[in-house]
Amino acid sequence: MKYAAPTTIDEARTLLAGDADAIVFAGATDVVPQMRAGRPEPSMVIDLKKIDRLMSVSLDGDTWQVGAAAPSSALTSNAAFAADFPGLAEAAGLIGSDQIQNRSSLGGNLCNASPAADSVPALVVNDAVAVIAGADGERRVPVADVVTGPGQTSLAHDEIVVCFELARPAGRTSDAYLRLIPRTEMDIAVVGAGVRLTLDDSGSVSAASVALGAVAPTVVRVPAAEAALVGSSLDDASLAAAAAAASDACSPIDDKRGTISYRRQVAGVLTRRAAGIAADRIRTRNGQNGVS
Amino acid sequence: MSTTEAAASTGTNGNGASGYRWVGTRPVRHDGLDKVAGKARYAADLNLPGMLYGHILRSPHPHARIVSIDTSAAEAMPGVKAVVTGADFPEAPPKGATRNLMCTVIARDTVLYSGHAVAAVAASTRREAKAAAEAIEVTYELLPHVLNISDAMADDAPVLHDNLFTRGVEPRPTEPSNIAARTVYERGDVEQGFAEADIVIEREFSTQAVHQGYIEPHACVVDCDQEGKAVIWASSQGHFMVRSSTATVLGWDTSRIKVIPAEIGGGFGGKTTIYIEPVAALLSTKAGRPVKIVMSREDVFRATGPAPGAIIKMKVGARNDGTITTAKAWLAYENGAFQGIAAMLGCMCVVSAYTLDHLYVEGFDVVLNRPVNVAYRAPSAPAAAFAMDSVVDEIAERVGMDPIDLRIHNCPSQGDPTPYGPKWPMIGLRECLEAIRDSDHYQSELPEGQGRGVASGFWFNIGEASSATVNLNENGTATVITGSPDIGGSRASMALMAAEELGLDVHLIQPVVGDTEVVGFTDVTEGSRATFATGMAVVEACRDLKEQLRKRAAKTWDCDVEEVEWVDGSAVHGPGEQEPLTLAAITGNAKRTGGPLGATASLNARGAGPAFSVQVADVSVDQETGRVTVERYTTAQDAGTAIHPSYVEGQMQGGVVQGIGWALNEEYIYSDDGNLENPGFLDYRIPVASDLPMIETCIVEVPNPSHPYGVRGVGEVGIVPPLPVMANAVADATGVRISDLPLSPPRVLEALTAAES
Repeated sequence: MKYAAPTTIDEARTLLAGDADAIVFAGATDVVPQMRAGRPEPSMVIDLKKIDRLMSVSLDGDTWQVGAAAPSSALTSNAAFAADFPGLAEAAGLIGSDQIQNRSSLGGNLCNASPAADSVPALVVNDAVAVIAGADGERRVPVADVVTGPGQTSLAHDEIVVCFELARPAGRTSDAYLRLIPRTEMDIAVVGAGVRLTLDDSGSVSAASVALGAVAPTVVRVPAAEAALVGSSLDDASLAAAAAAASDACSPIDDKRGTISYRRQVAGVLTRRAAGIAADRIRTRNGQNGVS
Repeated sequence: MSTTEAAASTGTNGNGASGYRWVGTRPVRHDGLDKVAGKARYAADLNLPGMLYGHILRSPHPHARIVSIDTSAAEAMPGVKAVVTGADFPEAPPKGATRNLMCTVIARDTVLYSGHAVAAVAASTRREAKAAAEAIEVTYELLPHVLNISDAMADDAPVLHDNLFTRGVEPRPTEPSNIAARTVYERGDVEQGFAEADIVIEREFSTQAVHQGYIEPHACVVDCDQEGKAVIWASSQGHFMVRSSTATVLGWDTSRIKVIPAEIGGGFGGKTTIYIEPVAALLSTKAGRPVKIVMSREDVFRATGPAPGAIIKMKVGARNDGTITTAKAWLAYENGAFQGIAAMLGCMCVVSAYTLDHLYVEGFDVVLNRPVNVAYRAPSAPAAAFAMDSVVDEIAERVGMDPIDLRIHNCPSQGDPTPYGPKWPMIGLRECLEAIRDSDHYQSELPEGQGRGVASGFWFNIGEASSATVNLNENGTATVITGSPDIGGSRASMALMAAEELGLDVHLIQPVVGDTEVVGFTDVTEGSRATFATGMAVVEACRDLKEQLRKRAAKTWDCDVEEVEWVDGSAVHGPGEQEPLTLAAITGNAKRTGGPLGATASLNARGAGPAFSVQVADVSVDQETGRVTVERYTTAQDAGTAIHPSYVEGQMQGGVVQGIGWALNEEYIYSDDGNLENPGFLDYRIPVASDLPMIETCIVEVPNPSHPYGVRGVGEVGIVPPLPVMANAVADATGVRISDLPLSPPRVLEALTAAES
């Protein structure tokens, strides 16, 4: 197994294109444990952490550019970013442990294509766009379209996720991400729920995004739950309807981490709670009823 | 911490040791700096010139006959220096403990669990060894398997051993079965007892197999020479056990083997046996080079441990005044692939925290296609306590009595009969119950929405054989050599007892764990015995030395030895005609008064003091997700005497934490085809630090009259109460009593949902 540490995207792509068995890695926090567990070693591992653009986190006008290999800790410790996307920052801060978060990245979390990836529902509800470098230059793809199944992505072999573009949220918008794990850390989501809400001047929901993790082969966006929330004042009935819609949207499996019925039930609970937290964040930031 | 500070901290906890200068103080452990600095040497840290790496091939099937093993491809692989299979080892006897050990180390004609060792390779690199091991071709004939107690006890169950006939049944069965043994303890007449009871509660409980979860995987380096002698560096709870067990498996004389104890990264009972040393020894013999074997975490989960799962049916009768009169218990414990004594121990423990007029306890040891049990802190007692103390909690609720008061009301005392025969010696259960009753925690108001649970636990503790050598150095320091691996702070405890005896500053004493050729035979560090039994040997050797020191002073002063007293580390002339001679003055002059001073003691420690612990927890339960959060936890435990209170507290807290893990989330998850699905710490969920509150400790000291300082031993009993404590607290918080562990979020939510509908 060879190791390469290119400093440019082109160099990385050339290496990748020249070796059908090579893989790229950012933090390697999934790849190394997978190889220990018996995943065949690739011929070459290409370290993306030496490429500046993949490591930077910056605000460009009204758009955040988050490098695909930037460590989670670069997001959780960035106060301006965490103020715009508290739910996404939280999700990045739930991956592994403190030590893991100095290595783990959004790009790696997405491209590992685990149904339980914590940052993906939070990226999806914030309409994040993945910038992907390939043979014909760069293309922009909604994050929701990158993963096609467990361990599977829509990327060609020689494509690399460079960064994520996240439009700064409008004034009365915020997000939240919750996951259920039996422990308090060092664990994998049994269910994850990301919610983003926008409130109007009266405090009613004018826009909603709901995405669930670990309940289907890929992250699931839940339009029925979003519809239940939009136009509501987040009253108990609307929240219950959103929770029920979230439960219905699940197509989970029974496995060592949870049963089908447990995942369905908890998906609803977390959706309702995450909606409540997102709304509280808007209200706290903008005064009662979300009026600024 | 300076000496003065250490001394000043005497009695901040464990203050029953008043009157001692060193016993009961908290000096920094002698091995502490090396451990925090990463300098301590564990078995996997050792590298020798020319060393090879061993890799063990393990069965992917839970039950199969080995038809053939072809090692020719492996032997031709690059870097391979030796290959061994079961055929290279001596033949195992048809049955018994020796067979079980030999066939656990390497399978012979049959594999009995997924992960069972089948063959091994030594090669120049780890990768070469692994690749070659995977190239060994094993042809299996699959056999039907059983993974749980109910299936294994069924009449039509596939039988693991065709020569296993249930012991303890009359007449002796004519057909083999998976029920290795039946154990019965009885007293009085249970049917009469139930007829006279006002309340009878009958429940069935189950617990899952759990792993000891030590952080350091098993590791060894073995170097065999051309004369057939072997040096083994190994992490274990007893290097004399490693010597004798390795000799047994190889059919060698023990004198061919020297075992050097490496530092140990946790054992909790799981390192009271061997798995890899004989394999490395045979590979080393064949290759003529040293061989290192380090188990992977996956191997540790698939092939070592566990502590058994159990099914326990309890029927308990009580009067309306809270007097528990009668108990009938049926216990079945997993043994793993070979027979053990798990159920027998469970039978002895199940009602030991209570006085009863009538009892009938029946236990079954059951073999099945899982790795063979090995000890885990107070083996078998936690599941038994889970059953009994859950029912006792219901009785307290029914009669409207405080659960601690009810336990005090039914508490055995010295002279009462134990359920298993002998009378109780001096015990501290009542004192532990009172300590919890009077604790800040128990006296505090339970926060809104939380539940509180209490329970008690018993463990025997044991004595066994120990040796110690104490040498006084010419500069007035002392070296204390014992044969007990230090898994919980025992070096510091040995030094403190020696300091107390000799009147020497504890920092002038160097405690050492000696190898099998420098110190006398010493049994495994188990049964909470090291500080008790090995401590006795240290004290005995020190007392011998004090006699020698008095004689040297008498010789120096040319007086009768009866005129010399040993006071605070100096020889004092009774009549007062001489200036006192310090220990350093005597050792500095030793060559002129008869030579170096040293003493050795070897003994069988008698009179181990039974241990009790009583614990209380407050929990909150997320009613919508079933997650249980431990909000507050307090444990009281009778230490006899706390030699080093910090390490006593550490043992108490460690036991509690492991018990909480057992209660809440730990379990082996097997697929239907008999493979372990969670062989790693990601999905085998031991608690992490942020899962827990600070575990508050209350050291109770009811000294053990059989030990010179009153030590009972503290390593194990702390793990016994947490199972029922957590179940009782969850029942209090939710109104729903769950009798199957673990109390994982899905199981709790399922129970809450079922109770609602």
